Amino acid sequence: MSARHDQHGGENVAGDEAADAGVSGDRHTGPTSPVERGLTRRDLLAGAAGAVGSALVARVVPAGAQGKRPAAAGATSVPAASQGAAPLPVTEVVPTVADVLPDPTKAPGLPTSAHGARSPFVAPVRTPTGMLAGSSLTPLQDLAGTITPSDLHFERHHAGVPIIDPAKHTLLIHGLVERPMVFTLDDLKRFPYVSRVHFVECAGNGRAAFRDPKNETLTPQRVAGLSANSEWIGVPLAVLFNEVGVRPAATWFLAEGGDAAVMTRSIPVAKAHDDALIAWAQNGEPLRPAQGYPMRLLLPGWEGNANVKWIRRIELGTAPWMTRWETSVYTDPLANGTARQFSFEMDARSVITSPAHPRVITPGWRNVSGLAWSGRGVITRVEISTDGGRSWVDALLHPPVLPKAYTRFSIPWQWDGRETLLLSRATDETGYVQPTRERIVAVRGAGTDYHTNHIVGWRVASDGRVYFHGET
Amino acid sequence: MAARSAGGRAIGKGKRAPCPTGTGPARAARWPGWHFAIAVATACGITACRGGTRSETGEPPASGRYDLGRPATSAEVAALDIAILADGTNLPPGRGTVAQGAMVFGSKCATCHGVRGEGVPPNPRLVGREPREGFPFGRDGKYVKTIGNYWPYATTLFDYVRRAMPLTAPGSLTNDEVYAVTAWLLAQNDVIRGDAVLDAAALREVKMPARDRFVPDDRRGGREVR
Repeated sequence: MSARHDQHGGENVAGDEAADAGVSGDRHTGPTSPVERGLTRRDLLAGAAGAVGSALVARVVPAGAQGKRPAAAGATSVPAASQGAAPLPVTEVVPTVADVLPDPTKAPGLPTSAHGARSPFVAPVRTPTGMLAGSSLTPLQDLAGTITPSDLHFERHHAGVPIIDPAKHTLLIHGLVERPMVFTLDDLKRFPYVSRVHFVECAGNGRAAFRDPKNETLTPQRVAGLSANSEWIGVPLAVLFNEVGVRPAATWFLAEGGDAAVMTRSIPVAKAHDDALIAWAQNGEPLRPAQGYPMRLLLPGWEGNANVKWIRRIELGTAPWMTRWETSVYTDPLANGTARQFSFEMDARSVITSPAHPRVITPGWRNVSGLAWSGRGVITRVEISTDGGRSWVDALLHPPVLPKAYTRFSIPWQWDGRETLLLSRATDETGYVQPTRERIVAVRGAGTDYHTNHIVGWRVASDGRVYFHGET
Repeated sequence: MAARSAGGRAIGKGKRAPCPTGTGPARAARWPGWHFAIAVATACGITACRGGTRSETGEPPASGRYDLGRPATSAEVAALDIAILADGTNLPPGRGTVAQGAMVFGSKCATCHGVRGEGVPPNPRLVGREPREGFPFGRDGKYVKTIGNYWPYATTLFDYVRRAMPLTAPGSLTNDEVYAVTAWLLAQNDVIRGDAVLDAAALREVKMPARDRFVPDDRRGGREVR
């Protein structure tokens, strides 16, 4: 039985509304199953398999056991080897707090490992719902800099994550083209490629904070965790369009995914001639399955859903197809009785990720730090208020400041121990200034909540507790 | 930050060097001597523009084409070419009645969407015409969007059901079943009559109640919040 079935039983489903709002538990406290422990450091050093089961620490998985359930404690066998002999056939080492020595300079550490596990003192997690049409959120409060580790990139999918054999996956481009063509992953990698750093953000990012601004227990993950930022590597879609000879009459294309939702979105051809990619790598390695392995559409700055993952087909045409994902959802009903459609570009947003709920802080100096981004280009300014909006100061924007990418900002701040309110406000290269919630409600209406980006902040109580503040 | 161009020329903050052929931001605006190219390619990736892709080996092919991939066969295209346009183009042969659709819905859909299409949380409600007037979804979030009160095109319903439903067995319905369940859902939403028969021609003629409510995105950045 596959891992997916093990986890989900193949029956659970979730509403798209809930998933887009990031409705799920907040950070889980750790892995769903306790780390099963294998051999002790002492066992490894001594090669004494007989000692297994006494003081067990790092989980050690022998070669060949990857991907399988770790052997029960005591069942793992490691060939006896004296110190200085041939390397142990160990492939994975997952340290636990039990590996902490009183003085790490007085005994050797753990052996090499096939993968680099996080410190047992660091446990950022997404918020999996265990549902087929679900989402999980990036733990923004646990991250530094701008690149989201690929295993913490948020997930949003509508019929589960397909696991695709790249040898059986192709990209078909047809419709209003001179030469309908089929491309394999290897074909794509032979084209000239580009490397670009861009955020991907769900159109529903921030809905929970917009709908429920009084909820003081929201975290950065819940407020804006349907976004992430990666280095993407891929072939410009314009290069592929040149290869197939897109006809001048073509003004829209349909992008179709190879998942069970057979996700489809209509995209203006102009985006291909601007900066769209067919990405095949992310952060130094092939795409993760949840991000579209083996290939995905990347539309820098545009709502996440349009960045079709597992892309298998592009059809060129003269009008949008009006798929479900550009009509019944991801559209913006307005107070005037219309609904805005094809709201691709994500407006500028910022969020302070530290300090934030549920942290408790102490008086003195610390950084107020966060992330800002705009789907329309470069973030030119982030202002921070530490007095509830009475005064604002410009935050430092940490290089690199790239278009349509996360920008890290911070200021040093000395908290005096009195209750206050921290806010951030982003400006992008078009001159757009991140609005208050009140302003968005005034221009769009109180009932619309996709593509929201209102100013949010954190109330610091006099006891040091930090609470979400969404009523701006 | 000033992005460094390949030749060391600084590109100003917030500015993008124009791509010589009009495609995309060009981080490496000018290609240096080819002996630098490997290092540059490593650091920046090869700058690619439509018809203007360069590498250390020199100019792109005169045709702008790399002769990669292979021609698609008509059978390959036909196998995947299932998308229905909003005007009904590409609707397949077949037909279904509202009554037949009730049977399909009851056996294939009701578990998740309720026997009357009322939704089983967290799965969405499909049926309901209220509020019939004013399209107040932007003013008040209490209204649940349904096929009848929000979806602008009936073709979308056919296309979506055929490709993605039921969730646990997508693509398993016959075209007749998709026509039938589409008919039942439209009838439940008071969009077509209960004795209607739906085929490609009939579906093309269905005008959804919210059809004229949808407008293009008018946000343009800049100082105005829209």
